[in-house]
Amino acid sequence: MTVTVAEDGDLGAQGLEEAVAAPRVSVARAYRFELVKLVSQWRIRLLVLACWIVPALFVAAVSRQSTLPVDTLFGRWMHATGWAGALVMLGFAGTWALPLLTSVVAGDVFASEDRLGTWRHLLVAVRSPRRIFAAKALAGLTVILLLVAGLVASSSAGGAVAVGDQPLVGLDGHLLTPADAAGKVLLAWVCVLAPTLALAAVGLLGSITLGRSPMGLLLPALVALAMQLAQMMPLPVAVRLALPSYAFIAWSGLFTSPAQLGPLLIGIGVSLLWAVTATVSAYVLFMRRDFTDAAHDGSGRSAVTAGVLPLVGLAAVTVAVVAAATGATGSGIEQDKVQRSAATAFAHLYRLQTRQLNRPAVTEAQLKVTASCDKGSVKVAAEGPGNDWRCVVSWHLPGVDAVGTAVYQLDVTPDGRFMADGDGPKEVNGYFLVRTPTGDAPNPLWQFDGNVDLLATSKG
Amino acid sequence: MDRLLAVRARGITKCFGDVVALDGVDLDVARGQIHGLAGPNGAGKTTLLGLLLGLAVADEGLLEILGTQLRRALAAPDGVAGFVDGPGLYPSLTARQNLAALAALRGQGARAAGVDDVLDQVGLTDVADDPARGYSLGMRQRLGLAAALLTRPRLLVLDEPSNGLDPAGKRHVHGVLNRLAANGTAVVLSSHRMDDLQALCSEVTILATGRVVFSGPLGKLAAENRELDYRVLTSDPAAARLLALDSAGIRVVDDAAPRHDADALVVRALVPAVDELVVRLVRAGIALRELAPVVSPLEAAFLALTEQKETGG
Repeated sequence: MTVTVAEDGDLGAQGLEEAVAAPRVSVARAYRFELVKLVSQWRIRLLVLACWIVPALFVAAVSRQSTLPVDTLFGRWMHATGWAGALVMLGFAGTWALPLLTSVVAGDVFASEDRLGTWRHLLVAVRSPRRIFAAKALAGLTVILLLVAGLVASSSAGGAVAVGDQPLVGLDGHLLTPADAAGKVLLAWVCVLAPTLALAAVGLLGSITLGRSPMGLLLPALVALAMQLAQMMPLPVAVRLALPSYAFIAWSGLFTSPAQLGPLLIGIGVSLLWAVTATVSAYVLFMRRDFTDAAHDGSGRSAVTAGVLPLVGLAAVTVAVVAAATGATGSGIEQDKVQRSAATAFAHLYRLQTRQLNRPAVTEAQLKVTASCDKGSVKVAAEGPGNDWRCVVSWHLPGVDAVGTAVYQLDVTPDGRFMADGDGPKEVNGYFLVRTPTGDAPNPLWQFDGNVDLLATSKG
Repeated sequence: MDRLLAVRARGITKCFGDVVALDGVDLDVARGQIHGLAGPNGAGKTTLLGLLLGLAVADEGLLEILGTQLRRALAAPDGVAGFVDGPGLYPSLTARQNLAALAALRGQGARAAGVDDVLDQVGLTDVADDPARGYSLGMRQRLGLAAALLTRPRLLVLDEPSNGLDPAGKRHVHGVLNRLAANGTAVVLSSHRMDDLQALCSEVTILATGRVVFSGPLGKLAAENRELDYRVLTSDPAAARLLALDSAGIRVVDDAAPRHDADALVVRALVPAVDELVVRLVRAGIALRELAPVVSPLEAAFLALTEQKETGG
């Protein structure tokens, strides 16, 4: 206990009371205080409710429709397994939901005090800007995790109830058991926590630097949108992987065998670096703030610069490091890799079709599938994204001399995903249904999704 | 005189960039005293209150709060509470939840912290479970005071606590402040309303452009000998006006009377001249129905001091 008495004895008998230093509020108490404030807001309550209910309803409703969201990864399998719904929701969350949720929560966690004019009150109560920062960041993180948990649990439950716990077809056509699918779905959601944290940290930074301005609230969503637009551009691989938004896409690498972990791990690492850098920048700017200046509602232009420069610097360094470490240049989408991916997926899915048709089982080794892919006209080099890829897939069947062939048109996006659209023959991949002993069923070889590992070497 | 000081400030200077918010301010506030802080907008009142709360440190000077010299921000000793720039409340929480959350910050339960008691003291028991977003300004002020009371303050710092208060709210707030002072708590409050300061404060400090232009008992401020405007209502306004124009030391202020009050005569004079005018009116057989200063002597003194300062006088 601190006992301080004025040296000049100006205090009388009452003044000789112990002048006790004010107790500092622990981070745990301040954190609880911040949580109470956050959870008391109607919009946060509505978001929590929505994240825990809407995905289940969405997945259940879409799974029962005749038309599936085939443009979304795993959307075409929503009839087949409940786990596809959670992955469709994950794709949607990475594009829209998570940036918006982080905006609403993290983008407002500091700015709300500016809006309400409660900074001085909070400082007098807690007496430590450092602890206020920690408590606010942790409370925001807690709410974001609660929202993400809702998205996972709700979409998984909706799929399980509406469709069931069936095996999931991976991105290279191999079949994942329900247990494997459940584990990988959960792991994929855990992976996107990293870019979510990066956006949340950008939200904290915007909330501190832009104060009452609505731009602070919108910053994570705007940054996410800008990065999504960048991912749609034909950027070099190193630049693509150096953006934290790549981790919102790279989880798809978990659903191939073997898993495409390189891009995923880089994406997660980059995202965590962004999260740390943005949080540290936000902390430094917050600690510099003068709370006695009533005119101050943010940290002004210099603070905006101070918040942006570290992230721009980080992006530049990351691009250089990723380029040097991986040796990846160009788009990462090359003829060999496309051929390998298409052949692998076809082989796995051919076996699936064989089972559907109740034909004698074959193995991938027996099929010896190869693909010969080209892009556009002969004058164009067979590399890079585009919807003008064309592949001729060939395979063998045991005891049959003739070589089977099928044609696919491939739409390869800059992030390495592709959608193969069967061009015939009709009995193999030219029609969306196959006639099975139990009736018509979706033809797995008609259209399928695949993934090109942007970091893999071309010669496999 | 041996004084028991809760606040002792000497030569306090605080600048924001090029703006000098406080310039060599001295302030003494005794324990058990309600001390008023007055001054025009931008005089430095809120900055000074912020320093007392420990939100910042002065650039120069010495500041002792409850015997502790403040050398860094947010280092005010326990027992200092209050608000500047309005009470800090969270509109999505009820009054009770706001106070309970604050009590929890200090590691206390709502009951142990006396949440119900302070709500009762400020007269908010009936609306304690309503969200603060629906509160009027006066109710917010009272809730802000209740939040400060939770800490059982020995120095209470309030910025414009009477803003928006209705008569009942004002009675509650004044009652609370007087009880606190009677129990030894020092109260420093700012106000633009001299009637509030007069009703509550034993001493007042007037700031203008960051400097102290007066500090001392209210009686001393009011006793300053200066001309005031008086509203005179008589049975014969025309005759009274002629008499006033003919009286030494009296000036008739034609543009000061409200339009709806055409019978009122407004004169500017020192107290002795007004006394003489009253005598002459009565001698002339004119009944005097009302005589009152247009603005209170305190307010007049305040205006004279602050206007003089702002015009560089």
